Amino acid sequence: MTMLAAHALVRRRGERTVLDGIDVAFAKGRLSAVVGPNGAGKTTLLRLLASLDAGDGGEVLLDGHRVDRLSAAVRSRRIAFLPQSAAVYWPLLGRDLVALGRLPHGADLSRPLSSADSAAVEQALVRVAGMPLATRRIDELSQGERARLGLARVLATEAEVILADEPVANLDPAYALEAMAVLKAEAARGVCVVVCLHDLGLTARFADHVVLLAAGRLQASGPPATVLQPNVIGPAYGVGFRIAIMDGIEQPIAWTYRAEENSG
Amino acid sequence: MKALLALLVAALFLASLATGPVWWPWRLGDEVGWAIVLDLRLPRALLGLLVGAALGLSGAVLQTWLRNPLAEPGVIGVSACASFAAVSAFYSGLAAVFVLALPLAGIAGAAVGIAALMSAVRAGAGTVSLLLMGVAINAIAAALISLVLALAPNPFAFQEIWLWLAGSIADRDLRHIVVCAPFIVAGAGLVLMKRRWLDALSLGEDAARSLGVDTRRLGLWLTLAVGLMVGAATAVAGMVGFVGLVAPHLVRARVGFKPGATLVPSMLVGAILVLAADIAVRLLPTDYELQLGVFTSLVGAPFLVRVIRRSQATWLAA
Repeated sequence: MTMLAAHALVRRRGERTVLDGIDVAFAKGRLSAVVGPNGAGKTTLLRLLASLDAGDGGEVLLDGHRVDRLSAAVRSRRIAFLPQSAAVYWPLLGRDLVALGRLPHGADLSRPLSSADSAAVEQALVRVAGMPLATRRIDELSQGERARLGLARVLATEAEVILADEPVANLDPAYALEAMAVLKAEAARGVCVVVCLHDLGLTARFADHVVLLAAGRLQASGPPATVLQPNVIGPAYGVGFRIAIMDGIEQPIAWTYRAEENSG
Repeated sequence: MKALLALLVAALFLASLATGPVWWPWRLGDEVGWAIVLDLRLPRALLGLLVGAALGLSGAVLQTWLRNPLAEPGVIGVSACASFAAVSAFYSGLAAVFVLALPLAGIAGAAVGIAALMSAVRAGAGTVSLLLMGVAINAIAAALISLVLALAPNPFAFQEIWLWLAGSIADRDLRHIVVCAPFIVAGAGLVLMKRRWLDALSLGEDAARSLGVDTRRLGLWLTLAVGLMVGAATAVAGMVGFVGLVAPHLVRARVGFKPGATLVPSMLVGAILVLAADIAVRLLPTDYELQLGVFTSLVGAPFLVRVIRRSQATWLAA
């Protein structure tokens, strides 16, 4: 069932058209991956979906209602957004960082949290295996541990939609696998999860649905097995891909410099 | 902690009433004693309280909004803008005609300074550009103040402006308090209403907006609030630097670095610092009383140096 959809979405920056008539739908209970080369418009799309920027045409619908017409209070409870730079400007305690995810529900960090808020914070920490980090200051943590808390912050909102921009960028394989597993578990719980990804291997393995962008246009949309084919992603990325099959999952691997050299 | 700080404020307030050429003036028990308390010491102590609270709270707000531990009304030029506007009101004669002209000019000046900074920081800038912007704003304001000084009608007027600029809460009367108190209280109220949203800014503007903060409106709101506080405080007390820098630093670690929780303690510590500094200038064995602003800068500037040295490269590079 479609939870979040974009219709004929256009975004211009100066003369350049960054997104050119994107039609796309994301279902609840699924992990959808937005993939494409650098500059394809992945982050721009995610920002429009999150209503952080306004489009120059088209519309974004959440459950059939225009997102930009929702009040900030309602939108922030229904859509949680994890920006690419998980910068935190003060050395907060892990638990306080996660509790920021409860702000849309009226939490005030200067006061003791309500029982519903603290339960949500605990649960989010448990889901990312972050309980040991709860009482540590984030400036003492590694990048991977901080990313885990950032993810917990987003989970704590208990939103129907989670938008994450490159949640595994700069993470080592262990953390990357773990973060993807956490997001997949959220999707299994009925959340509509949309993730921008660079790692096509993780995409093939974890995504239920793949949206391929290149040069601001939608190139393909569908299950990973059909979208992540060399003849589809090759032209989009401008390189030749080959497929390696592991545990029955087709993993695309960038192999040659030019798309036309691909050996299929 | 708040109760302890409030107690300290109360103690220093009483000490401020007691300290001076005549100690414990109420012990005289006559008209002179009470005149000293009510006409000389009480306005001074009240102004110390108001100005210190305004500067401490403004520092905490600016540091949170600009996500920078070095932001402070004095360092980034907001106080200088307020001073220039107030000096202009003073010597254009406007302040003599219309009693609210002084604080209103100060508020307008402060708001212009903050707006300039916010626009610079929104355009994507870290500590370096923030401080450079502060240098530029300070330089412009200082040049304009010099211009007004050069136009001073006589040496006495010149000296009067100069001393006022150095920052002092001595020889003020209840009129000064009436003029600045409503603005400072209103500004503090505006800030404290938005306390919850300041926490969201710890994650940067995008994440804060996704958490439901209307960052543009919040920016205008805080500009107004800090403008009210710094403008009114500067209009009656001149430039009292570094209080806004030091106060939040002293409390931040004790409240777990949560921006919202920093506000009220910073306000109390600001009042403590100004009351204590104002008592100190009375105790220093100088022929003429040292200006309050001179004293806070002498003590506060080395503190700024220490903060810069200790702050990790992350702050400076950010």
